[in-house]
Amino acid sequence: MTHKAAFLTDATICIGCKACEVACKEWNEVPEDGLVWSGFSYDNTQALGASTWRHVMFLEQPATAGPQQIDMENPFRWIFLSDVCKHCANSGCLEACPTGAIVRTNVGSVLVQSDVCNGCGYCVVSCPFGVVDKRHPDGRAFKCTFCYDRQSAEMIPACAKACPTQSIRFGELDELRKEADVRVAELQHRGYTDAQVYDPLQTSVGGTHAIFVILGQPDAYNLPPAPEVPTIYLKSAWTSALVSALVLAAIVCAAFLF
Amino acid sequence: MAAGEKPVVPSHPKASEERLDAIRNEAAATGKVVTGAGRVYANAQIPGAEDYYNLPVLKPPTWTWEVPLYFFVGGIAGVSSVIAFVGHLFHADPPMVRVALWIAFVGTGLCPALLISDLGRPLRFLNMLRVFKWRSAMSMGSWILAAFGGCAFLALATNELILYGIQNPFLPPLRWVGEFTGAVTGLLLASYTGVLIGATAIPVWYENRRLIPAHFLTSGLGGSSAILELFGFLLPATQILGFAAAGIETVVGVILESRLGRVDAPLHHGKSGWTMRIAGTLEGPIALLVRILWHGSAKGRYAAAACFLLGALCSRYAWIWAGRASAHDPQALFESQHAAMTASRAARRTP
Repeated sequence: MTHKAAFLTDATICIGCKACEVACKEWNEVPEDGLVWSGFSYDNTQALGASTWRHVMFLEQPATAGPQQIDMENPFRWIFLSDVCKHCANSGCLEACPTGAIVRTNVGSVLVQSDVCNGCGYCVVSCPFGVVDKRHPDGRAFKCTFCYDRQSAEMIPACAKACPTQSIRFGELDELRKEADVRVAELQHRGYTDAQVYDPLQTSVGGTHAIFVILGQPDAYNLPPAPEVPTIYLKSAWTSALVSALVLAAIVCAAFLF
Repeated sequence: MAAGEKPVVPSHPKASEERLDAIRNEAAATGKVVTGAGRVYANAQIPGAEDYYNLPVLKPPTWTWEVPLYFFVGGIAGVSSVIAFVGHLFHADPPMVRVALWIAFVGTGLCPALLISDLGRPLRFLNMLRVFKWRSAMSMGSWILAAFGGCAFLALATNELILYGIQNPFLPPLRWVGEFTGAVTGLLLASYTGVLIGATAIPVWYENRRLIPAHFLTSGLGGSSAILELFGFLLPATQILGFAAAGIETVVGVILESRLGRVDAPLHHGKSGWTMRIAGTLEGPIALLVRILWHGSAKGRYAAAACFLLGALCSRYAWIWAGRASAHDPQALFESQHAAMTASRAARRTP
């Protein structure tokens, strides 16, 4: 794999305009799935899902926004971040898919082939980020395609193209990783001491093709702090299954010998 | 709240001055307001800001009523073929062996029907056998079920032909092959469902991944011998199996009750928790107690068998509901992952 496409989404640049959500829906012809106010914030999409492939979060935090000096008694900051499928290096949905509908593409992304998916739903419970979901009433699983059609035609994904502030950057993974580090260093220098890169390299997910620059802890963005690809649980679960099966066979033998 | 759901319009029974005072006092005291419709409003990010408005991180399982029923039926069918093979091997009652083979065979018909009906695109069910993936428990399960179907059919068909009186030197060895392979694939069928939910991203499932396969197998064992008892095979062997299964389920129930972490909350609270508890009591202590008290009476054994079957069936549903509740609890996920991070950091510090 020579080409490794990636997103770098920067919460410190996002203005919460939701152009990425609109562009994604229009380009990919993703059906309407309701604008639902949570009653908590200006977020009217709330989560990624089968028909929401970009999701702009609206965070309100009792913290200072970097070097902010106004009203230190009641610090407040408003943060936006456009969430997206992480296109994991070790992808839970891809490993789980029993039909081979979910594949790794030549650009390193994870793609659900709609003409193969039979809607078994196993990818849904295997995604550690809660991204892929079954679409009703269609019945199949859907998620961000990383605009594979556009990338195949050497165009950048619709969300990155529509982003007016370059909060969503598209490029080579290795380069964007370096840029993310540079950006975080710059933010730290400017007083945003809690700026960090979200790219779970230390866990079994092994890094992602969608990395983020965030302020504060990943938990606040509903980004799991230590996501694991569920295949790491296979060994212990199968061991238990096989040992239990042997014990059961022994019990049945004993019952009939008695 | 799931995307697409209509927002709840708060409807106060009576928006009086007293109600406005109550709202203000409640907000001042708790930082939250519960509307007349029972919905928590104004639960603003501030002052916590540690999570994203307590919205779920994970997606809940999309499986409908067919899948837990499949776990139940598959477990019984799988262990029935083990009982048939072992029973035949140790010269047990031939009619019982025959009924056990029939249970396994009927199960192999029901299982695919249930699974296909759960698919979003049922006509594409054959795509399940499009690839073979060791690392997908769902793929392994599809192949196990397909293999088990063939083996259970071979065992039943050869057995029936022999009983019908057909004399063919190939039939008895073929019957042994069918019964043995049926028993092996049956054991896999009855246990892989535990791996299927254990190796996922759902915290309450993966935290219990070592227990669930044993738990499901035991339910298959007790369920299978309970059905044989209900068919009138009140043999010492089915009694022993009934005792063993109810005994093991009692231990499983104690283990589940003693798990008190946030991740295990769906095992104790709400719909999943109470179903789990009641079902576990039915298939564990109650089935055991009935068996001990009325071990000599046919009615007592039928009652114990019925209790076990009902408990085993309901506990399959409880596990799926627990998965849903777990996916809806972001705090449990954060706690589980922070604990894992602390543990791995400690492990790195002390090699």
